[in-house]
Amino acid sequence: MKKVYINSIASISPQKTFESASFLDDIIEYNDNVIPAFDPNYKEHIPPAAARRMAKGIKMGVVASKLAMEEAGIETVDAIITGTGMGCMIDSEKFVSAIIDNNEQYLTPTSFIQSTHNTVAGQIALGMECKAYNFTYVHSAISFESALIDAKMQLENNEANNILVGGVEELGAHTTNVHRVINHVKPEPVTISEVLNSNTEGAVFSEGANFFVVSNDKKDSSYAELLAVETYNTLQKDKLSETIKNFLEENNLKPEDLDLVVLGNNGDVDFDGYYNQLSENIFKNTKQVYYKHLVGENNTVSAFGVWLASKIIKTQQIPAIVNLNDIESAETNIVLCYNQYRGENHSLVLLKKC
Amino acid sequence: MSELKEELKAKIIEQLNLEDVSVEEIADDDALFGDGLGLDSIDALELIVMLDKDYGIRLSDPKEGRKIFESVQVMADYIEANRTK
Repeated sequence: MKKVYINSIASISPQKTFESASFLDDIIEYNDNVIPAFDPNYKEHIPPAAARRMAKGIKMGVVASKLAMEEAGIETVDAIITGTGMGCMIDSEKFVSAIIDNNEQYLTPTSFIQSTHNTVAGQIALGMECKAYNFTYVHSAISFESALIDAKMQLENNEANNILVGGVEELGAHTTNVHRVINHVKPEPVTISEVLNSNTEGAVFSEGANFFVVSNDKKDSSYAELLAVETYNTLQKDKLSETIKNFLEENNLKPEDLDLVVLGNNGDVDFDGYYNQLSENIFKNTKQVYYKHLVGENNTVSAFGVWLASKIIKTQQIPAIVNLNDIESAETNIVLCYNQYRGENHSLVLLKKC
Repeated sequence: MSELKEELKAKIIEQLNLEDVSVEEIADDDALFGDGLGLDSIDALELIVMLDKDYGIRLSDPKEGRKIFESVQVMADYIEANRTK
């Protein structure tokens, strides 16, 4: 089987992450419970005629994928695979609202066409005139990891050489309000420094797009080797440590072999216990970082965790703002990303310096 | 008639998300499709729905739209002659 490498990364998030030269050195402070993505100038990347039908999620996905392609230095790929938990919420809400408001009459096509979950992958393909494999995984908080597993398997089996893979999520006003009603959004606004200790239920909701070119062709500019990806729909809290140990063992590793763990703590008092038990036990002697205080929570935000891990491995720098503990590691070679959302859909992504 | 043309221009810009176009930039006789505003077949469907919803004009044959949507002037003439609301 061939090895798989992350050859480029691109991120649009509530932070200024689309500028690849900077690495979380100019943090945007929030005091809110819903945070939008910080927009690049979309007009610089998308022709006006194409952009006019695109809602924010599509624009974020198209631009993040273009940035990833530019960094990889390639014109096309052998597959485009995206993950999205909620899909194109803005156009979905617009279309459903029109059905209700107009008593099922006068329905226009644009928002319906643009509302499907595969719209982002489709628009990316149209933009680069790529007729290759095009697939979108929709599976809550493991949507991105599902896409990543697909890409990894194709590359390992040499069915493809370069694959664009990413996760995208956009905020829809109505859907966000529904999540407020069911207490999935934090009841109070919180700042970056308050998120973890907020002691309230729910998370800070957000949006963003994170894209990667993964390849079985290693380059000098490669970020990391993708060793393994695993997902678990359900996992009891008391089985988590054992499951992670087994996962590491399958990759001939032990917890103490890890140089860094990237954890998905979002400050939800009901579910951060999953992360805390790892921080206090099997990873108590391992360097730990987190990121959702900076970019919020959404179904594919774990892709930002992979973006962060990749960037740390390549630059060998850890921005102080993401430190979860004070342990210093001389070198960051092997990194594990762990994420779950509301106690379900757990994922493990294992990266190695290459 | 002049008011209707201005109304149509504003509706075309809003409903078709022509972000970089202003009412003043659309001349009454500008072609809406092709070399003019560059609208496409999806826009034509949007305009057919607009005629029905806002002016009570239901096009039984979508091919009629090709002539009716030639320009704002032609659209306004057709609406004036056929509107039911």
